[in-house]
Amino acid sequence: MMKSPRLPLYMTMATFVLAYMLCIWEFPSMFSSRVVANLLTDNAFLGITAVGMTFVILTGGIDLSVGSVIAFTGVFLAVILRDTSIHPLVAFGMVLAITIAFGAAEGAIVHYLEMPAFIVTLAGMFLMRGLAYVLSTDSVPITHEFYDVLQSIYWKAPGGGRFRLIGGVMLLVFIGAMIVLHRTKFGKNVYALGGGVQTAQLMGVPIARTTILIYATSGGLAGLAGIVYSLYTSAGYSLSTVGVELDAIAAVVIGGTLLSGGTGFVAGTFFGILIMGLIQTYIVFDGTLSSWWTKIVIGVLLFTFIMLQKVLAWATTARRKPATEFAMRS
Amino acid sequence: MMGGTLRRIAPQLIILGVVILLNFIVFPGFFSIEFQNGRLFGNIIDVLNRGAPVALLATGMTLVIATKGIDLSVGAVMAIAGAVAASVVTAGGGWFLALLAALAAGLACGSWNGILVAVFRVQPIVATLVLMVAGRGIGQLITEGKIMTFNDPGLIHLGAGTILGLPTPVYIWVIMGGLITYVVRRTALGMLIESIGINETSSRLAGINSRVLLVAVYLVTGFCAALAGVVVAADIKGADANNAGLWMELDAILAVVIGGNSLLGGRFSIIASLLGALIIQSVNSVILLSGMPPEFNLVIKALLIIVILFIQSPAVQHAIYLFRASTPPHAPNENGAKNNQTAKESLS
Amino acid sequence: MSTTPEPVLQATGVSKFFPGAIALDDVSLSLYPGEVHALLGENGAGKSTLIKCLTGAYKRDAGTILLDGKEIDPRDPQGSLALGIGTVYQEVNLLSNMTVAENLFLGWQPMRHGMINNREMVKRSKEVLSGFGLDIDPSQLLSSYSIAIQQVVAIARAVELAGKVLILDEPTASLDREEIDLLFSVVRKLTERGLAVVFITHFLDQVFEISDRATILRNGRIVGTRELANATQTEIVTMMLGRQLEEAKKERGKAVIGETILELKNYGRRGTIEPFDMILHKGEVIGLAGLLGSGRSETAGVIFGSTPADQGTATLNGEAIKIDSPRSSIHLGFGLCPEDRKTDGIVGDLSVRENIILSLQARRGWTRPISRAKAEKIAEDYVKKLDIRLASLDMPIRLLSGGNQQKALLARWLATEPDILILDEPTRGIDVGAHAEIIELIQTLREQGMALIVASSELEELITYSSRIVVLRDRRQVKELQGDEISIGAIVRSIAEEGGAQL
Repeated sequence: MMKSPRLPLYMTMATFVLAYMLCIWEFPSMFSSRVVANLLTDNAFLGITAVGMTFVILTGGIDLSVGSVIAFTGVFLAVILRDTSIHPLVAFGMVLAITIAFGAAEGAIVHYLEMPAFIVTLAGMFLMRGLAYVLSTDSVPITHEFYDVLQSIYWKAPGGGRFRLIGGVMLLVFIGAMIVLHRTKFGKNVYALGGGVQTAQLMGVPIARTTILIYATSGGLAGLAGIVYSLYTSAGYSLSTVGVELDAIAAVVIGGTLLSGGTGFVAGTFFGILIMGLIQTYIVFDGTLSSWWTKIVIGVLLFTFIMLQKVLAWATTARRKPATEFAMRS
Repeated sequence: MMGGTLRRIAPQLIILGVVILLNFIVFPGFFSIEFQNGRLFGNIIDVLNRGAPVALLATGMTLVIATKGIDLSVGAVMAIAGAVAASVVTAGGGWFLALLAALAAGLACGSWNGILVAVFRVQPIVATLVLMVAGRGIGQLITEGKIMTFNDPGLIHLGAGTILGLPTPVYIWVIMGGLITYVVRRTALGMLIESIGINETSSRLAGINSRVLLVAVYLVTGFCAALAGVVVAADIKGADANNAGLWMELDAILAVVIGGNSLLGGRFSIIASLLGALIIQSVNSVILLSGMPPEFNLVIKALLIIVILFIQSPAVQHAIYLFRASTPPHAPNENGAKNNQTAKESLS
Repeated sequence: MSTTPEPVLQATGVSKFFPGAIALDDVSLSLYPGEVHALLGENGAGKSTLIKCLTGAYKRDAGTILLDGKEIDPRDPQGSLALGIGTVYQEVNLLSNMTVAENLFLGWQPMRHGMINNREMVKRSKEVLSGFGLDIDPSQLLSSYSIAIQQVVAIARAVELAGKVLILDEPTASLDREEIDLLFSVVRKLTERGLAVVFITHFLDQVFEISDRATILRNGRIVGTRELANATQTEIVTMMLGRQLEEAKKERGKAVIGETILELKNYGRRGTIEPFDMILHKGEVIGLAGLLGSGRSETAGVIFGSTPADQGTATLNGEAIKIDSPRSSIHLGFGLCPEDRKTDGIVGDLSVRENIILSLQARRGWTRPISRAKAEKIAEDYVKKLDIRLASLDMPIRLLSGGNQQKALLARWLATEPDILILDEPTRGIDVGAHAEIIELIQTLREQGMALIVASSELEELITYSSRIVVLRDRRQVKELQGDEISIGAIVRSIAEEGGAQL
């Protein structure tokens, strides 16, 4: 049997299908387009964030600042739309430029100052959350007709599910990320970096550019997630999306991406998001279960997938040894 | 020996001095201490008191980071420990039993992390992430999602009481920090921990039982986190599993980093980390006393980390090294160049 | 085939100075299209420095390099690759988390409509690799193939990208015979295409098997270049070693062998080393000889317990023992100086003093610390005894030179007063002075009644102090030489005979 890097991905997919079937078995009403549509809508911002996180983790890094970036984006948009007459589309452009530049700066610090991504993005997390506070400590509602227009776009599926714009944006981001990761040189450089920085450098991968681009991507996607979140909640609040970075990391890991970098798929992250959304939906349907079970179940899933990856790693090294032994004896 | 320690913590002392001076500038009454109702009041006392949880966490975190690890779960462990203490005390157990139960919970969490790291060889950041995510849920499970209040005077005393005029938490973190420093430096533990943090393979081949040491280090961190959790819960007379210790793991890591300890493991100083915790608390105090909106707290903290990290980053350190190496006229050129080589090698 | 008038690469008068040492002194080298040119010399002769100067990894201090008659000055390996010089190292420098095709084409993937054309990439990979005699599925992960195949993929990448000169830096060190055959057939195909190949290795038989010419380096200088068709192994070895060979032979003293201390029966570890028997006496040195990867270090590791044996029995002073970790063997009085000083030996940021007492402290346990004063005394003792040169006992050990680091590691073990000391390549990569001192130390320790096991690739050194020599090949013991049987010739023959049998 050949070692397949897709095995964890298949496991995640199987877990989702199995979990969804169990849910339907217990609550047949969960089998509806409404549930599916809500799954996409409710997790749109998290999904977009997790795509950026997948890129970062694939290179062996981590980005703790994404939750704060989302909050900052929301507050920034809310304040700008309240205090000025700038069109939301222009504001979107501005905030994306800021978040991309912010991510790029983080990447530059990680690369040029040779500091652990963990601590750099931790500082970034404080900075963005702080800037959000500085802009406003209150929840600022967003009322703009353009927002109403965007929020009213949906496709009503048979069965009553409303597939809204933001869910569509998330799907587009996932598809775009897959294309970038698998069909562009940049995408391959991401994997190369995760396989080993020194080797990648020897093979001619532009380390500095790739690292900076990666964190810029993560920052930009967090900005996009912030826009989506502001559409979702119609408000900007500096205390919102606390801990989203953890959820994003969890989704990436449950999706089968190795936290040490180099191995993983965006598609896995998508199913990771769906699994986490499914847990919440189940708890809502059940009605008696408390919300903290979400955290515990996600923790258990994290543990399971981490151990699964360990076992797979052991199995492959164990499998290779006898192979060389055989070659030597023959 | 003393001189060495002093030299080691000099940067932290200077930073602390500057921040305290800033405190004094924005609020001239910073140093005034009053004695009322058998208790000392004053901003200095507040810094020492409020710094307790981070100082406790930083004590354990220093050891974990020295082994090239990290413990993201300490905040969640605080929540669990607070919840356990509260539930024991509300169920009628005494404060001492509650404390013991909370500490036991902390040790259990520590051994979970330690076994994942040392036995299953899971990266520390990943291993402790599990408990970071699930721990708060477990805490809420214990308190059933409510803020579980209590009014046991013994337990409350641990967080809000005073001994000889000083708040109890001050004693707790000073004694804990002192005790652990004493133990690791008076035995060979400190050196052995540094050794596995610098090069685990070499250490194992030299006969060091790295597995046991790693588990022990996570146990200590769990213990410290549990103590911090009890202090925080006792202070607000209730266990709030949702918010207790929220993001405190990051403050603790920051304290360790400000203390000049490398995140890449190796040489460590608990005293420097404790000073780091006090620096963080003093910065909070400046912001509060200056009348600046507390919103700026995080921005300033972020800028502070960036500056400190910048100074400590290998690239800048290397530049400083080169600068220093080029200044003394008598330094043999060869040595300088050779050391550069080594410095570069150790970077790669 | 061997010499056409126009060299593809010509290096003239290349020199490289390191602080306090001349690594390369006026070295010249010509490479002709279609030749395999071996670069020979002992460790530290300057082979890898020369390569690094050619590829731009080091900045040379003097000399010119002409490629196709034009002067070049590559600044890094990337630059030299673009010019046409590709390098493949002993450790495969490819990405094991990516597929074979992705590795081959990283950075120059075939594109269509602005996107990577994966199908085309796999197709072309298959073509390229079949040109190297490999029929594998390039869409599989690189890590699912053996090291030899990975090595060929690395060569294929280097050749596809460079195409003029291919430098092979010890590519066969971790390969077995069949894999070497595969590699050599690839090299032959390349020379037929007109590529010039530089081949660096420690294995003389391989040199004669594949190379047309050989340039021999010693102490950073060229000793000479020979057509291998009319050269003998002895001639080459003499050029490599200089006069040392005869001197070394003279020095060999008689050992006074004491009683049996360690007896291993059917001792081994699956996949690491085939079961072997060994009897070690007090006051003797058993030398472990063999090529790299033959099982020398593995034998040392199994005895010491860093890779514990999973079969066989061990008796120490007549009592059955079980060694399952370095910790257990250290308690029994074993010590091991590992081959890779940097990754397995020193604890870089700890002081020299702490490094010296580390094992002693580990054995005493953490509750019984060695006091500062006592540690100082132990360290000072050994610094004096072994003549370790340092500025202060408090300096981090990583700042010491290789030889002094090695001596400090020896001190670490001597401080535990071991009964059995295992040394794996004790003289690798250290300066000449320290080299002689360590050999002397081994002899002194033996005379004092310690039992030693020494693994070394430097045969002339091994025969000076060993009372018995165990020859290994393919991870098993193939021969034991004693007394007058011991000579470099005999060792080389037993390695080679086995090799012959394998062919």
